[in-house]
Amino acid sequence: MTGELTRSGAADLAARIASGEVSAVEVTQAHLDRIAAVDGSIHAFLHVDTEGALGAAKAVDALRASGGPLSPLAGVPLAMKDVVVTQGLPTTAGSKILERWQPPYDATIARRVKDAGIVMLGKTNMDEFAMGSSTENSAYGPTHNPWDLSRIPGGSSGGSSAAVAAFEAPLAIGTDTGGSIRQPAAVTGIVGHKPTYGTVSRYGLIAFSSSLDQAGPFGRTVLDAALLHEVIGGHDPADSTSLPQPVAPVVAAAREGARGDLKSVRVGVVRELGGQDSTGYQAGVLASFESAVGSLRDLGAEVVEVSCPHFGYALAAYYLIAPSEASSNLARFDGVRYGLRVGDDGVNSLEEVMSLTREAGFGPEVKRRIMIGTYALSSGYYEAYYGQAQKVRTLISRDFAAAFERVDVLVSPTSPFVAFGIGERIDDPMAMYVNDLCTLPASLAGTPAISVPSGLSEGLPVGLQIMAPALADERCYRVAAAFEAAVEPVLSSIPELVA
Amino acid sequence: MTLTYEDVLRRYEPVIGIETHVELGTVSKMFCGCATDFGGEPNTQVCPVCLGLPGALPVANEKAIESTIRIGLALNCSIATWCRFARKNYFYPDMPKNFQTSQYDEPLCVDGYLDVDVDGETVRVGIERVHLEEDTGKITHVGTSGRIHGAEYSLVDYNRAGIPLVEIVTKPVPGAGAHAPEVAKAYVTELRDILRTLGVSDVRMEQGSLRCDVNTSLSPAGSGADAGRWGTRTETKNVNSLRTVERAVRSEILRQAALLDAGGRIMQETRHFSETTGDTRPGRSKEEATDYRYFPEPDLVPIAPDPEWVEKLRAGLPELPAARRDRLRAELGVSAEDMVQLTNAGVVALVGATVDAGAPIGEARNWWLGYLAQQANSREIDAADLGITPAQVARLVELVADGALSVALARQVVDGVLETGQDVDAVVAQRGLKVVSDTGALEQAADDAIAANPDVADKVRGGKLPAVGALVGAVMKATRGQADAAAVRAILLERLGVSE
Repeated sequence: MTGELTRSGAADLAARIASGEVSAVEVTQAHLDRIAAVDGSIHAFLHVDTEGALGAAKAVDALRASGGPLSPLAGVPLAMKDVVVTQGLPTTAGSKILERWQPPYDATIARRVKDAGIVMLGKTNMDEFAMGSSTENSAYGPTHNPWDLSRIPGGSSGGSSAAVAAFEAPLAIGTDTGGSIRQPAAVTGIVGHKPTYGTVSRYGLIAFSSSLDQAGPFGRTVLDAALLHEVIGGHDPADSTSLPQPVAPVVAAAREGARGDLKSVRVGVVRELGGQDSTGYQAGVLASFESAVGSLRDLGAEVVEVSCPHFGYALAAYYLIAPSEASSNLARFDGVRYGLRVGDDGVNSLEEVMSLTREAGFGPEVKRRIMIGTYALSSGYYEAYYGQAQKVRTLISRDFAAAFERVDVLVSPTSPFVAFGIGERIDDPMAMYVNDLCTLPASLAGTPAISVPSGLSEGLPVGLQIMAPALADERCYRVAAAFEAAVEPVLSSIPELVA
Repeated sequence: MTLTYEDVLRRYEPVIGIETHVELGTVSKMFCGCATDFGGEPNTQVCPVCLGLPGALPVANEKAIESTIRIGLALNCSIATWCRFARKNYFYPDMPKNFQTSQYDEPLCVDGYLDVDVDGETVRVGIERVHLEEDTGKITHVGTSGRIHGAEYSLVDYNRAGIPLVEIVTKPVPGAGAHAPEVAKAYVTELRDILRTLGVSDVRMEQGSLRCDVNTSLSPAGSGADAGRWGTRTETKNVNSLRTVERAVRSEILRQAALLDAGGRIMQETRHFSETTGDTRPGRSKEEATDYRYFPEPDLVPIAPDPEWVEKLRAGLPELPAARRDRLRAELGVSAEDMVQLTNAGVVALVGATVDAGAPIGEARNWWLGYLAQQANSREIDAADLGITPAQVARLVELVADGALSVALARQVVDGVLETGQDVDAVVAQRGLKVVSDTGALEQAADDAIAANPDVADKVRGGKLPAVGALVGAVMKATRGQADAAAVRAILLERLGVSE
């Protein structure tokens, strides 16, 4: 029974809890048991909140017993990326510098999740301050890919993706700055969506790069991701960059897409991302992509190739903009007000204590990006680096705008590779950064993109990325759901973990 | 040989510039909903946003943007149609985020001016920019030095962190010559009156809601100070009263001249003015090396004030001090010289309000330039901060005109109002300060005084009229100053059978 509960999706669990077939407490306990059984080898969680989760589940059961109205995901468990601030629960962003910090407030999305009766199981591992593509940059040790424990689960939201793929949670929240939802979803064989920038509140996300960060849902199906998307999306007056828009009708789009009809949908293959001008992609990834494009055509979509000539500059622009903003966003971690403090011996000066704290509290990748960003913003270099990168950003947005005049969605592989081995790329930042090749353009343009499993290569999952214009997130879900319905479910071939 | 100010000004041409920070009087902070009241228990008016906690985000206070635009309009500035906040990055524990959300190359208001009158001449002070930012927390360094170096420990109060702060920066002001210190003071005085009239700030220099930094440089006289090739400037901080503005410029002119005369070089540096020594001392030279790495604040959407809204704000500006002065001059017939005096004393608005409350202009002028100015001077505060209102002064004037109070008694009433904060009539009633106009009582007192001082009385009878003053004094003493001296004199002369 418990094994069966953890294999169920969110939509299914919600329906069974609502009907009284199972209780929220039973569902929650089954997932807590699963975590206890397998997380020793996965390490998806940094903190499991057994008491809080069971308390929230009991509240849902009580509400149901009293005949109160249940929201669509009431009682369904969720794993929360540790970059999202949660009141009274440790929140570290994967960094030593925030070890044992207990936030006094909830992020807007954490509040929305709780208000929806969703049961938060705990906080998931991540690359420190969301900087990375493998979760190896966590100060608390790497997370292992449930498909092959010697491999990475993607990053930076690798704890969230691994938790969902390992059936520790049916839903998870991640954040995506340059691909940190989509790439982990791709390499663990699940669905992950990066919403349009400004449509999911950033209030309470520990900021990496403010103009790029966006939270979004993970699920094992497109519909599950859509259900969570509708809970966390929508305007938030506490976030100045939040758009005064109602959340896109993504659940309806996922249901419509599942009927499998893509007639009159125009799909663009990006020549520079997996199309004919692609280099550096694994052959198995390109093969899976070609077969995915064939499936879309079979569903009735009209497929054309489009060119986005400035996408080739996305990587360089991203690795200036994101570190620049990060260098400023991470300045507040200085040991003065909260978190780690090192060297406060009454002799060291204030500057020395700040310096020793940051030296000890930040990992090497975070330090590397703070230094790059500090340099790029320096007087005399600003125009050549940050200023120039912002111009590239505008050009990339124009490429998208031109492409979306011709097509409804753009498709590409989500990542150029399948999950690589833990330790394989960690000493070579450039080899790590190219993970983001396909995901960066949508990040820089602030446009929505989803990753949906497209098949296996050498026994490991490959993801298909579907990109849409800003505020048209529902197109991503519709096409993804149609595609999902047409192909063999990837997760059914995941090896059973030895518990 | 000591350098005299006059000598220095024959050989050097000072150029000044003033940066003013004004805390806006909004109910809530710049980027969050916390209260802005002064004097709360430390760290009680704070939240995740103004404490810069991880994940917290700012939302701009629209009222603060409106106030900044109104200030810009009052200073004849152009208002930006689109501009952004910027982050000013530096590490210091008074800034919870280790960056200050400010404005950099896209200020809200640019290119205005303010005319000030000094010794009957009008000097136009150019306004470079008016921008909006957030205040920092307040640090108290505990220890003998009072500064961070040598402090035993330091305390931070973040109640002030995030209070909206408007920075008003002048263009360099050359050509004021020996009047440079007075121009600086007149500018800050006029600016303060404008801000008070706009109602955007309580402009209390002693509480820090109005703070000035004064830039000063010297060029050799006639060397082209007009051409913009000025000497190296210093920035003097801690200039926290109108008097200090003038003193700081003057002392910095003298210091720089002495250094230049001795063949030295002026360092571009931040200096602090000391009220006790009356001169400036170098600040931390480290500040000079700071690269603030400004970049547009990505957490805030750009500000794009609707031109129609701006025009509505322009139309809604109150009568500004300069216009008010012109009107007062015309309506009340105040002379140009009087107007200069009133302006320099910073009491134009107070006199105007006193007149509005019913006092004749002459009386209002005399009180604010006379006894009240003395009281303000002896307390080293501004007349406006004395704690007596124009309406109360008008009531005093009325009581004197009615003969209920003598001028001497009225001054005692002022003392009472300043001490107790009570109203004029309450002080009069409580202290029994009423003119003794009972002729019977005065005649009795006069007879007593004559009887007690027979030789003085004889002198008066013998034609030495001025000697009667001693008898008047005795009567006034006996009536505890509550009699009208002229009436007492008349009664005494009559009792002594002497006519003038």
